[in-house]
Amino acid sequence: MQASMEVGLMQRQWVEYTKSLFMEGFLDSQFIELQKLQDEGNPDFIVEVVSLFFEDSERLLNDLTRALEEPDVDFQKVDGHVHQLKGSSSSIGAQRVKNVCITLRSFCEEQNIEGCLRYLQQLKQETCLVKNKFENLFRMEQQIVAAGGSIPTKELLF
Amino acid sequence: MDPIHTKGTMPTSTSISARKTADMGCDQFPAGLRVLVVDDDPTCLRILEKMLQNCCYAVTKCNRAEIALSMLRENKNGFDIVLSDVHMPDMDGFKLLEQVGLEMDLPVIMMSADDGKNVVMKGVIHGACDYLIKPVRIEALRNIWQHVVRKRKSEWKDLEQSGSMDDGDRDQNLSEGANYSSSAYDGSWNSSKRKRDAEEELEERDDTSTLKKPRVVWSVELHQQFVIAVDQLGIDKAVPKKILELMNVPGLSRENVASHLQKYRLYLRRLSGVSPHPSNLNNAFMNPQDHPPFGSMASYNGIDLQTLLVTGQLSPQSLAALQATGLRRPTAKSSLPMALVDQTNIFSFENPKLRFGEDQTQHLNKTKPASLFHGIPTKMEPKQLANMQHPSVQTQRNMNMPLNIKSEHGGTQLMHLSQQQTVGQTLNNSTVSHLPGIPSTLRNPIISGSITTGNGTADNSHGPRYNLVSPTSVMVNYPMSQTTEVFQEEMNSNLKVSSGVMRYDVFSDLHMQKAHDWDYQNVSTLAFGTPHHGNFIHHSFDISPSSLIHHGFPSSQTNGENHNSSVNGKTNFPFLDSTQPGIPQSVAQNSFFDPGEVKNQNIPDASYQTDLISEDFGQDELLGVFLKQEQQEDNGSVDFSGYQTENICV
Repeated sequence: MQASMEVGLMQRQWVEYTKSLFMEGFLDSQFIELQKLQDEGNPDFIVEVVSLFFEDSERLLNDLTRALEEPDVDFQKVDGHVHQLKGSSSSIGAQRVKNVCITLRSFCEEQNIEGCLRYLQQLKQETCLVKNKFENLFRMEQQIVAAGGSIPTKELLF
Repeated sequence: MDPIHTKGTMPTSTSISARKTADMGCDQFPAGLRVLVVDDDPTCLRILEKMLQNCCYAVTKCNRAEIALSMLRENKNGFDIVLSDVHMPDMDGFKLLEQVGLEMDLPVIMMSADDGKNVVMKGVIHGACDYLIKPVRIEALRNIWQHVVRKRKSEWKDLEQSGSMDDGDRDQNLSEGANYSSSAYDGSWNSSKRKRDAEEELEERDDTSTLKKPRVVWSVELHQQFVIAVDQLGIDKAVPKKILELMNVPGLSRENVASHLQKYRLYLRRLSGVSPHPSNLNNAFMNPQDHPPFGSMASYNGIDLQTLLVTGQLSPQSLAALQATGLRRPTAKSSLPMALVDQTNIFSFENPKLRFGEDQTQHLNKTKPASLFHGIPTKMEPKQLANMQHPSVQTQRNMNMPLNIKSEHGGTQLMHLSQQQTVGQTLNNSTVSHLPGIPSTLRNPIISGSITTGNGTADNSHGPRYNLVSPTSVMVNYPMSQTTEVFQEEMNSNLKVSSGVMRYDVFSDLHMQKAHDWDYQNVSTLAFGTPHHGNFIHHSFDISPSSLIHHGFPSSQTNGENHNSSVNGKTNFPFLDSTQPGIPQSVAQNSFFDPGEVKNQNIPDASYQTDLISEDFGQDELLGVFLKQEQQEDNGSVDFSGYQTENICV
């Protein structure tokens, strides 16, 4: 009884947390798409994909930092990196990260170093933020599963 | 509780997927659609893979365009559709798109987070069959199979169109021909057919020699032949019809060639004009191992080589070697090759002639045959023929001519074949290879289109449009029936045409035409065994081997190339058909088939877009698109005009 209550509670907490992420713009509907893809055959699909994203984004952010530190900034290259980050963030539903990418791209087009640097900073922050959010989410999921419950993804379809 | 996440044993992925498959009804088409997804972003790639798997497709993922290309090349029929990202570090997605379109002619869907109109337009221009904006949703992927089906459908349509005319001849032809062609086709299209059952039912041609759902895959070899043909004709004058004839590939339709030509032109333009990565393009475009420089392909050598390649008599390596030694003219559709070709064209009348056959009969007849035959006496006697033969394929052609009355191609091929053999044998030899199948091959759908159908009579129009130019060709005009038998025997024994110059219709139209004229005359006479008026030597043939001019053209008539690959008769020896003399058999068939030789080439699929475009859009729209694309050039329109008008230049 306790266990199940706990599980129930955890599940509700998970749902609330996830919804808040949507509300705050950290996640968008694409994340729901990912949820749909996850199934019993691939229960860790989302964890896998999100991990891939963070690995890749770390690399891209490093490349961006280096590119913007060059004396003679190659904006095309910078734009290329940002474009990629935009693509991958949008594919996992990391909306805020994607939005910063869009803004950063416009600064690249303008060849505005300051703007680029500023938004690169913001990009790093947003990436870090959403990473924390995901970590929280996954931890909650692990706890639910460990307690014998399942992730109530269906309740996300609001 | 969500059953999905119940704790407990984790089903194996196999069982899971099996279950899922069943649940999702994945046991039927389009389940199993073979998708190649290319994206350098690992996150996107993994997500796409999962989505495609959920759609029950057979997914292969790849994060590098070059790797994707090599995968596609290694396994020519291994994929049905390609999904590619636009922005990739090693190769621009549009380049990949072009390459795939040119080499494999698979439908390609582009993807990008970029949704700007310009980028999307770029996709259209480069021939993408769709453009998806990232993040891609699974719903968008569920229906990608439509692009595959659509493409195949248009291929079929092309085939049917090109082959329909054949039907009559085909029927006439001996059953062996029919069998031959059907088996030939089976061989070629087996793999694709296997996967297209659903469509096949709908579209299967009517019968035995039916081309199974053809899916044209522009393999390296096929593309090589194409380039050779284009080079020969000259990029500006290369029109699909002629290219098709020159290529002489069974099952290839004018539309297929037209769409491929369009792409090729774009590609060239890109090379010369924009060409950001010319080297890449070149490399990609031509497989290093067997792609000789473009130019060389163009040479007549190329043509023959092509034919040989097609028929399997010339291996790609040989072809490459020959070409290498021969013309190397990377981009020049130089006149030299053409000139050379001229001579050779004489013999390789088949295909082209066939095509023109009907409409151009007159035309062909008009051309001055005399000019073709450099001093060929009107009545060629075997001996003469034999001599003539030496210089070129021409003679062979002649030889074949009579035989080929029907199949233009066939004649040439035979000629080629025989070339290698003794004079007497030549015919046989050449025909041999085809004989058995000649009837069917004659029905080369493509070629026969014009020629074979309705050619009950050996009238000029249908006749082997050989380039009767060479006196030897004259010889070929034996009464079909007679020759057929003879040839068959001999051919069977001799199959190989070492000189391999099956120069089929690679030659320019010009030549062909000339030949035709001449041929026609001869043909008709030959067919009926009457002395040719003109330079045909034919009548003397009764298909006796001796009289037959060794078809085996001394390969390199002009080119000096000696394709020594044995021509196995996949050449078209229409005349081998035992059909009645003078019946221009579906020459076309000959040349095309031999599915065995034809490396599994499916009917080239007119490019997806091209077909659509040509069919559904007004010329203006298309022109607009192309012109826009190539503002600096005029090709856009040229392409179209070339494509559309197909002037059979006289």
